Amino acid sequence: MAPLQIIVTVKQVPDTTEVRIDPKTNSLIREGVPSIINPEDRHAIEAALCLKDQHGATVTALSMGPPQAAAVLEEALALGVDKAILLSDRVFAGSDTLVTAFTLSRAIMKQGAFDLILCGRQAIDGDTAQVGPQLAGFLGLPQVTYAEDISYADNVLTVRRRLEDCSEWVRVHLPALVTVCAGIRQLRYPSLYNLVAACAPDRIIRWTAQDLNVPASMLGFAASPTTVKKIFEPERNTRVEIIEGDPRTMVHQLIEKLRNLQAL
Amino acid sequence: MLETTNSTPCAPPMIHIFSERCIGCKLCERACLFGGITVSGKTPMLTDQCTGCGVCITVCPKQALAAAEHKEVLQHSNLDAYRGILIIAEQREGVLHTVSCELTAAARQLADQRGTQVSAALLGQGISGLAERLVAHGADTVYIADAPFLQRYRTLPYSRILSSLIAELRPEIVLCGATTIGRDLAPRLANHFRTGLTADCTGLAIDRDGTLLQTRPAFGGNIMATITTPRHRPQMATVRPGVLQPQPVRSGSGVIVPLTVTEEPSDDAVQILKTMPKDKPAVSLEQAQVIVAGGRGLGDGKNFTLLQELAQVLNAEIGASRGAVDLGWIGHEHQVGQTGKTVRPKIYIACGISGAVQHLAGMQASDIIIAINNDPYAPIFQTAHFGLVGDVHVIVPELIHQLRQ
Repeated sequence: MAPLQIIVTVKQVPDTTEVRIDPKTNSLIREGVPSIINPEDRHAIEAALCLKDQHGATVTALSMGPPQAAAVLEEALALGVDKAILLSDRVFAGSDTLVTAFTLSRAIMKQGAFDLILCGRQAIDGDTAQVGPQLAGFLGLPQVTYAEDISYADNVLTVRRRLEDCSEWVRVHLPALVTVCAGIRQLRYPSLYNLVAACAPDRIIRWTAQDLNVPASMLGFAASPTTVKKIFEPERNTRVEIIEGDPRTMVHQLIEKLRNLQAL
Repeated sequence: MLETTNSTPCAPPMIHIFSERCIGCKLCERACLFGGITVSGKTPMLTDQCTGCGVCITVCPKQALAAAEHKEVLQHSNLDAYRGILIIAEQREGVLHTVSCELTAAARQLADQRGTQVSAALLGQGISGLAERLVAHGADTVYIADAPFLQRYRTLPYSRILSSLIAELRPEIVLCGATTIGRDLAPRLANHFRTGLTADCTGLAIDRDGTLLQTRPAFGGNIMATITTPRHRPQMATVRPGVLQPQPVRSGSGVIVPLTVTEEPSDDAVQILKTMPKDKPAVSLEQAQVIVAGGRGLGDGKNFTLLQELAQVLNAEIGASRGAVDLGWIGHEHQVGQTGKTVRPKIYIACGISGAVQHLAGMQASDIIIAINNDPYAPIFQTAHFGLVGDVHVIVPELIHQLRQ
């Protein structure tokens, strides 16, 4: 049987947990925030590589972003992904989730046949969780979201989904699209051999809008239905009251204050 | 029942056809994944299934197809043809989700400003009794699809039925809960109509031209963004449970409309094998009046037992920061923050939580925030109402002791 063809979508994101607020101006410090591979995309890569280890597969990592997003594809290659494609073009800029999913769908059609698409559930810069399902929509595929465990046999995936109140086991025939949660699986480290190979200059395939053969009017900001109208700092409370003293006094005062507020 | 119209009113033609150039090769017909274009003789025609994806344009050897002019591609024709607000209500095991009531009540306010109607759609099995509650929260009409194959949520049958309802009703706004169901379903619906969708809104307002102002945290909760969908309809948004203030029940009247639905073979693409409730009793942080939350500053996962003791005294639920959850100290279901749950209890006690913005995004609407941390410079003290600088391992036991007295 031919090995599984798996595509993993990956995004380069700012590490939002590293963002700090300037206490003086009460505004965001944007400088020096490192760029990382989106954490749940890392889990999607892990899921793909596990399937590869167990059943044999060709894994292609696909990313859309500025030229420097090649860094996350190098990381994917170092982890053991076989092929990497970077969609980079100025006309892609400003794509909302719908247009991002559309652009990815056209790249997937161009790269050829596939059995499975794995996406991270959501990216930490936007937290929308929309691109996966929208990509499934553009490709007319069944989707399974919130996957935390995936097993494969005879062209059928069995997936455990993590929902609010329960776990749900579903089965789906391939081709399908699955979005992966940060789960219980231990993530692997890059191997030295792969790492060296990943740095070869021609390892990453780069495609522009022209390669996808899509008119600019269907791409990027201009084609995106949603628009950011305003960006502002969230309101932050400045009325903090520091209660001082030894632990017993502090706690006593706190309880007193809560009683006065009729909160207790 | 509602009959599905033949045209797709929400999607304007997105492909221009130059029939005089067509040679009848049918490459476009074969390339289309959706059956969106047919060629009879030398005349290509778009069908209702056309999604505007443009594959046909790229395969046509004669440039007989082109993307519609910029304006037409971008703008759904006649935005005024869309009226009213539709809530996609949600039930699990026959129990209506609270977010559906919150959304209906919020939609009522927006609709009153617009002078328009609120509808709700509810799918499931044996659920007719739930419609009244949606009416009580402000729905003028409740559409009910009640059938065995809809008992548990599945993407394909739900999105298929709701797409045809939306195509029929042409609502200007569609709102959905940002639950695992809503976040699976809403993008699929938005994709069907090629319209905008804004996830996890924390605020909704409407301006004079009927543009929905959708405010949500972005960048890990570090900034807020107001997002609009100016040229497409319906405008779609998901809202997290517990974010919108629930409104008192009204004594209104509403119409309940049963939908006739049939199962299709494609609905079975994803089969549910089994479900298993989580081991621990469900954590309902969204409904909690008091939350005791722990972070990395606890130093050890074992110290959550200390918080559990405090929670018991206060009749509180246990929350946690992403840091504590990532370390495996406590389950995901306890996580509060941009990637966890959004809560607004009367009292939130943050123990050993430094206050990363992504955590603050999930709890800053709490009435009273108390921070206990040994680092006086921890950002949590910028958000808290009361700050206690000191060792959580000393202060929390003292708090338990004094509260018990």
